[in-house]
Order: sequence, then structure tokens, then C-alpha cells
Amino acid sequence: MELFFFYYLAGVIILTALLVVALRNPIYSALSLLIMFFHVAGLYVTLHAEFLAAVQVIVYAGAILVLYLFVVMLLNVKREDRYHPQFPIGAFLGLVIITEVLLLAFRRSESGTPPMPPAGSVAEAVGNTETIGDVLYTTYLFPFEVASLILLVAMIGAIVLAKRDLFEA
Amino acid sequence: MVPLSYYVILSVIVFVTGVVGVLIRRNIIIILLSVELMLNATNINFVAYSYYFQNITGQVFVFFALTVAAAEVAVGLAIIIALYRSKSSINVDEFQLLKW
Repeated sequence: MELFFFYYLAGVIILTALLVVALRNPIYSALSLLIMFFHVAGLYVTLHAEFLAAVQVIVYAGAILVLYLFVVMLLNVKREDRYHPQFPIGAFLGLVIITEVLLLAFRRSESGTPPMPPAGSVAEAVGNTETIGDVLYTTYLFPFEVASLILLVAMIGAIVLAKRDLFEA
Repeated sequence: MVPLSYYVILSVIVFVTGVVGVLIRRNIIIILLSVELMLNATNINFVAYSYYFQNITGQVFVFFALTVAAAEVAVGLAIIIALYRSKSSINVDEFQLLKW
């Protein structure tokens, strides 16, 4: 049953990822990325990361993708006619990397048994969100503060970049 | 039970799709979307390893990656708007001022 869910989620994720790159219309690309985000959230639920699944839907699908669609519609982008001339090189490079990693993965599974999860989840006793919050506010308190600073810089930077004549008035 | 290597292979396929998207597309918005694909691929890897090694740190790092992705999108889309204002185009081939 778990394997069935994994195959369904992985299949949709790969298909929509390919569609994001292949579709000509940017709005269709953004919408297939939306479907991919929802299925990645489903994958997180099967991996017992419920908090991250909720955050994935709220932040990625709710905030980031709306921003993308807003800009696509604001700029009124036309369909592009063809791919970049370096298309064969890019496709060849991708094939080489995928082949290499598949070979490595299958060699690894022959030589040793991959780790299997124990019966209970790490956060079963107190809940996923409590466990993440506990680690985030104790061990990773300083990176957490730095992340807030990054968001502040991004906010100010976006305003400065997108405002037309900020320093001329 | 799903083996861990399945998640790694899924993540690699999504990541390479993002890399190829950055290489072959000329629309700068699609290039940013491909960067999002790559970030999501690494997040899948983090969460899978976090589950299989019973270590919550991986999920904390996905949280940080999410923060950086949000910041990247805000600044990136502002840059795209500024570029469109200067050239009325978002085709990357038009922006070659720094090319030699």
C-alpha cells in the first residue's frame, strides 16, 4: 500500500516537473508546478513530516506560486517559439547525470542493505510540530534569527529593485 | 516499505529536470521555476533521510531552505520586473551586457 502511494506521488511529481520545463506557456508551467507542490506535500505526509507538508502547501503553493502567477500576468508574456539553441547539449548533460546516479544507486543496493526506518516514528510521542519547534528554538536558534534577517533583506531588496524612481524624487 | 534509494532516485530525476530547464529555456520566469524544482528535489531528499535515520534535523533544514526560497523568489521577481522595464523583454538572450 505504501509502495502504491509512493509510485503514484512520484509519478505525478516527475510528470509535472517535466511539464514545467517543456510547456511553452508560462502560466501552464506555473500551474503544473502547483500540482507538483501538492504532491510533494503528500510525499511529506507519507514520510511523517506533517508540519512540513502544511508549510509546503501554505508557503509554496499559497505564497510563492501566487507571486509567480502575478508577475506572469503583470508582464503579459507571449508564448516563446522555440527552445534555446543549446537544447541538445542540455538534454545530453541531463541524460548523463541521470544514468550515472541510477548506476550508483543500483550498485549501492547490491553491496549493502539500505537503512530501514524503525517501527515508531521519531515524533510519535509528542507530535511532529512540537519536535521541530523544540529543535528549532534550542539547537538552531541562531540560524533561525539569521533566516529572519534574510527575509528582511529580501523584503527591502524587492522594494528597492521594483520601485521605479526611488532615489530621484 | 519503500526503500530509501527510491526517494533518492526521485529527487535526482526532479533535480536534473530543473538543471536541464535552466539550460534550455530562454524565458527567465521559467528559469526561476526550474530553480524551484531543484530546491524541492533537495527538500524531498532531506525529508526522506530525516525519516529513515530518525533525525529531526533534516526537517529543520527543509524549513530553512523554504525561507531562502521565499527570499529568492521575492528578489528574483523584482529583478525580472526591473529587467522587463529596461528592455521590454524577459528573453535571457537579450541580456548580454556582461558577455564578452
